[in-house]
Amino acid sequence: MMLIPCPWCGPRDESEFHYGGQAGVAYPDDPGALTDAEWARYLFFRDNPKGPFRERWSHTAGCRRWFSLVRDTVTNEIVA
Amino acid sequence: MAGLMPAPAPGGDLPEHPDRLWRTPEPKAAYDVVIVGGGGHGLATAYYLAKNHGITNVAVLERGWLAGGNMARNTTIIRSNYLWDESAGIYEHALKLWEGLEEELDYPILFSQRGVLNLAHSLQDVRDSVRRVHANRLNGVDAEWLDPGQVREVCPIVNISPDVRYPVHGATYQPRAGIAKHDYVAWGYARAADALGVDLIQHCEVTGLRISGGRVTGVHTTRGAIGAGRVALSAAGHTSVVAAMAGIDLPLQSHPLQALVSELLEPVHPTVVMSNAVHVYVSQAHKGELVMGAGIDTWNGYGQRGAFHIIERQMSAALELFPVFARAHVLRTWGGIVDVTPDASPIVGLSGVDGLYLNCGWGTGGFKATPGVGWCYAHTIAHGEPHPLNAPFSLERFVTGALVDEHGAAAVAH
Amino acid sequence: MSGAFRTARGGLVDRDRPLRFRFDGVEYEGLQGDTLASALLANGVHHVASSIRLGRPRGVFAAGVEEPNALVQIEEPFPEPMLPATTVELYDGLVARGLRGRGRLADRPDPARYDATHAHCDVLVVGAGPAGLAAAAVAASSGARVIVVDDQPRPGGSLLGAAEHLDWVASVAGGLRAAPEVRLLTRTTAFGYYDDNHVVAVERRTNHLGAQAPAHRSRERVWRIRARHVVLATGAHERSLAFADNDRPGVMLAGAAQTYLRRYGVRPGRRAVVLTTNDSAYAVARDLHAAGVEIAAVADLRDSPGAGRAPHGAELLPGWAVAGVTGADRISAVTLRRLAGGAFTGPELRLDADLLLVSGGWNPVGALYGQAGGRLAYDDGLGAFRPDGGCRQALEVAGSVAGTYTLKGCLAEGAAAGARAAEATGFRPGEPDLPETADPEVTPGVAVWTLPGDPATSLVDLQRDVTVADIARATGTGMRSAEHVKRYTTAGTAHDQGRTSGTLTSGIVAEMLGVNVGDLGTTTFRPPYAPVSFAALAGRDRGMRFDPVRVTALHAWHVAAGALFENVGQWKRPWYYPRDGEDMAAAVLRECRAAREGVAMMDASTLGKIDVRGADAAVFLDRLYTNMISTLKPGAIRYGVMCRPDGMVLDDGTVIRLAEDRFLVTTTTGNAAVILDWMEEWLQTEWPQLRVYCTSVTEQWATVALVGPESREVLASLAPGLDVSRDGFGFMTWRDTTVAGLDARVCRISFSGELAYEINVSWWDALALWEALAERGITPYGTQTMHVLRAEKGYPIIGQDTDGTVTPHDLGLGWAVSRTKADFIGKRSFTRTDTARTDRKQLVGLLPDGGELLPEGAHLVAAAEPPLTALGHVTSSYHSAALGRTFALALIEGGRDLVGRTVWATLDDGLAPVTITGAVLYDPEGARRDG
Repeated sequence: MMLIPCPWCGPRDESEFHYGGQAGVAYPDDPGALTDAEWARYLFFRDNPKGPFRERWSHTAGCRRWFSLVRDTVTNEIVA
Repeated sequence: MAGLMPAPAPGGDLPEHPDRLWRTPEPKAAYDVVIVGGGGHGLATAYYLAKNHGITNVAVLERGWLAGGNMARNTTIIRSNYLWDESAGIYEHALKLWEGLEEELDYPILFSQRGVLNLAHSLQDVRDSVRRVHANRLNGVDAEWLDPGQVREVCPIVNISPDVRYPVHGATYQPRAGIAKHDYVAWGYARAADALGVDLIQHCEVTGLRISGGRVTGVHTTRGAIGAGRVALSAAGHTSVVAAMAGIDLPLQSHPLQALVSELLEPVHPTVVMSNAVHVYVSQAHKGELVMGAGIDTWNGYGQRGAFHIIERQMSAALELFPVFARAHVLRTWGGIVDVTPDASPIVGLSGVDGLYLNCGWGTGGFKATPGVGWCYAHTIAHGEPHPLNAPFSLERFVTGALVDEHGAAAVAH
Repeated sequence: MSGAFRTARGGLVDRDRPLRFRFDGVEYEGLQGDTLASALLANGVHHVASSIRLGRPRGVFAAGVEEPNALVQIEEPFPEPMLPATTVELYDGLVARGLRGRGRLADRPDPARYDATHAHCDVLVVGAGPAGLAAAAVAASSGARVIVVDDQPRPGGSLLGAAEHLDWVASVAGGLRAAPEVRLLTRTTAFGYYDDNHVVAVERRTNHLGAQAPAHRSRERVWRIRARHVVLATGAHERSLAFADNDRPGVMLAGAAQTYLRRYGVRPGRRAVVLTTNDSAYAVARDLHAAGVEIAAVADLRDSPGAGRAPHGAELLPGWAVAGVTGADRISAVTLRRLAGGAFTGPELRLDADLLLVSGGWNPVGALYGQAGGRLAYDDGLGAFRPDGGCRQALEVAGSVAGTYTLKGCLAEGAAAGARAAEATGFRPGEPDLPETADPEVTPGVAVWTLPGDPATSLVDLQRDVTVADIARATGTGMRSAEHVKRYTTAGTAHDQGRTSGTLTSGIVAEMLGVNVGDLGTTTFRPPYAPVSFAALAGRDRGMRFDPVRVTALHAWHVAAGALFENVGQWKRPWYYPRDGEDMAAAVLRECRAAREGVAMMDASTLGKIDVRGADAAVFLDRLYTNMISTLKPGAIRYGVMCRPDGMVLDDGTVIRLAEDRFLVTTTTGNAAVILDWMEEWLQTEWPQLRVYCTSVTEQWATVALVGPESREVLASLAPGLDVSRDGFGFMTWRDTTVAGLDARVCRISFSGELAYEINVSWWDALALWEALAERGITPYGTQTMHVLRAEKGYPIIGQDTDGTVTPHDLGLGWAVSRTKADFIGKRSFTRTDTARTDRKQLVGLLPDGGELLPEGAHLVAAAEPPLTALGHVTSSYHSAALGRTFALALIEGGRDLVGRTVWATLDDGLAPVTITGAVLYDPEGARRDG
């Protein structure tokens, strides 16, 4: 049970949050201009590093706000 | 208590192992095929490469100890009652191989076809379950729909009372499904592959892939460079890490998956019960311990550890279904790393780099597929093109949209 | 008399409170304060269990949670499988029996309650032995919030076993109990150490009371503790070593014997031989001697024991070891020989003894440290693995878990650790008040794993019956890792998880492989540290508390009306309302008829309702829905579909435009939270520039669907101010008005094809509205009738007629997919190769030629002859009152091109021909919706 620092509410139990996977994957400006392969990358391909990972969380059982942090996927240390 | 036990008791004694399992060879300078990952899939692939295709100049490289990853951490359930034709194809192929595996490997793998119940807890669960039963039958997979009374006949300790939060509306039943002893399966394949000349090299971590002119030529390892005509990835939760060495991105996310085991108990549970709706799957293993799996932790993780609330939730669900488990004790919990694709189906086939093959994304289904995927993956490596049974599980499907969506179809995921 | 082996005085047992218990069918007496193990020993019972594989008799080996042998089954007051007798506090009326490896579950429900609680503290101290108490006292003196947990009934740890400094223990414990910010939890085992100092513990609250346990008090409680800093003072466990017949009853860890004597007032035997590798057993020998146990000899594997002083009359034999043990059910003699160069040499010395006390050294209890992510490193000086000090979590280790075995050292380390922990959390600790202790001269121990002798009877893991021979066999197969050997032999996998055997196994494997034991390492430590009951982990989240039950404002009415309920997500929805003698089919036909021919009503309050507001609300909804929302006029309503980015249908519902900048959207019942999260995710993470606010109003608005050709008259009578005429209140518009005297918003929406209204009122007013309608004799209907009515019209249910692989086009909802919008979520995916296929599975109607009711989930095949290739499956199937027959909806490959064709549906016993039709079977012209 990680302790996740919500920027709005402070540190809270992991069970209050919803995980959102890799951060910084923007919705394409013009999906219609993408090839099927490029669109597939947006839809399905996400980084899966062993180590620091910038990821999204939503404090669903609290303020309902989304935020990003960097967590080490091996140790679960939140490093940024 | 005796009245609770209609089916044969899980065996109390374990079989004798062979005296000789495998060599500990030094890596050679080069192999025809290098398999990255010495888990169940890697070992089975090596065995079928040698056995079915006569390719014996093969090394299996394992960063830790053989079959120490998910093979050592799963809940050993074997079944083939998947919804989609593509899934049923490869899992049923695996199940047929399981049925002859003890003889094939000359190893006591404790394969026990005690049946699997997949419980339904809502009217929609019932529709989905019946749908799966009908699909299974068309695919030659044994499947029955049982009403709650019949569920109770198969597994008398399941609570079919209507007075629980999500009552049991019935279950699908696959009589040929069951469990096996995971370690022994791995050792059986390892021993047989070793006997056919395959080098099983432990504590040898792949640190890079050698690629030249769009073709793989070998691997770099913690024990030096090893040349290879073909390289086959079989690294489960670590596939993303290895594939990244070749610049290949894969639609995989690695998550912790926890499981637990109780003390040894007198036989109470004659079959395997799975409940997707409340996230429980449980069997009583041969020695008598209850083996249970939990839900997946949602976040990406390589730590082989999950969170405690997942276990608590799983126990609540387990006691809903099995009130008699109340005073059993958890002896040990553990976590594996499951690599999950967007459609919860595996990727088995070509990588886009010549001579480099992919086998990953099995999520929670890897163990039961072991013989089937070993067979098909070996074929893919030997022929340079997919076996018909793994052809649907291409990387390309994520571009075309032709997913094999075991998630979306609300089929049981484990 | 509580046993022939009870001392005349001493110990922490209450000699005025005898307890009766039964073990293996024999009545015994013990004392308050006993464990089952100490009470059995007091009665001279050593042989308490049998081993699982070899069936060898087994005795009490240890005195605490590390016990590998004395596993018992509790039978009364309630069956509980497999507990070490050393951890069972004795109570009056206890009935237990010894086990052979497997416990037994009760065949009746457990009547006890279990619960859980959260706790937060600055400093958590695990272990209330000397180090832990010193740490807790110092930390508490700083004003920090401190929690101390200890698995024993009273604090003291090893001081209880030694029965020394108990006044200091009492004084510290008293201070802790009196401090307002300190919680001292006894009978509480910290069993899991998770991320970010989340430590979970289980408190055993009533076990020790037996049948007298109050029913209202939870039997076990899980403490979920979040600590800013943790002090692990978890102590050390003594270990044995492997020699022939080292498992015989009467062979006991030396420290355990001292505990039985000093804590429980029990002499574990009459005449003892001591075998040791270190100093610790000497004090035991002296204690036992002083209590009247004859010490025949002390065999010390060290050639020069140094500080070791055997008690008066006992022979000290440096360099000697046990060469044999006589006696099966209980030892009667021990044979000693001199050990030189790894082999026995010289004459044997055979000594009569009923007790063989063994100390093979001590293993720091590093399990929680390992769980915390720390590593245990082999310490050659200790001959054991201990925490390496590099754990990333905010913790300290103190005392014997850190490899410090003198009392003085433990106290000092504990105090220092408590001070560091307090300082780390911003508190200023005071000076410790520690007892005066001696500083004994210490002679280093030696690490010895095996003695010469029959490897087939030299046990390594007592509980799993793993012998030195088994390990030799494992390494002989080619196995080179401790994990493989563990799995091959099952060593370390038993109830005790290798507490006494783990290091020994590693040592023996390393010796056989010729590698350094430190390089070989230990197997991984996993939660729980000690077994914890399923029920404790489940806590109170059972039965109806397993998942929240959500009910509408009308639930009590539905119950009173005899409705049967369907779980839809967390909601309880009326399924149908059977009248006397009606089965479901009859009730649903009646309800359907009422809706189609008269008037009927349904509680639709569970529909998700989201208020979407803001200057950019229309822009936002245009992006989420496949169809155009921004062109909707205030006062009007539109049906909308949402897709995931992959183009598959996510949800559907109506969109009501309340004002230029305000919409009310409805979602399916099960998806309300999902869609709100979905909206928030897009708004916050992709389009934060949009000025939109989303608010769930599901439980603010209760909704009653009023359906049927007579619904207009009913509404007119209840809402006299409302123009209900066909032109005055058009389809897909809404009005704010008064219905039955209640403020209401009425929408002209139909999910049945009939003239219908959805009347929305405050949740508080729902019952008044419903009763006003019910007074007019309107038929209530449930979800089943709703499903039939909508299916007759070909309206899909998301999640029933879709499965996450279905696009709007597949559903025949292409009309709801905008061609003019530049983009919306999912649009791009429609042109992917597979998604653009024209022969995808499409929603169609089915008419079974033979009138069967097809099973939902039945598959459809093209021909009745093998090979039977599936074209699709039945998603919905009903009897229709309006059609006077059965019908179904199905997803079929290229289905819309197959209308009129016959295909075959799979039944349990064969195939049935069915004719494919369009999805709309009832009133395809839509003539009925305006009444």
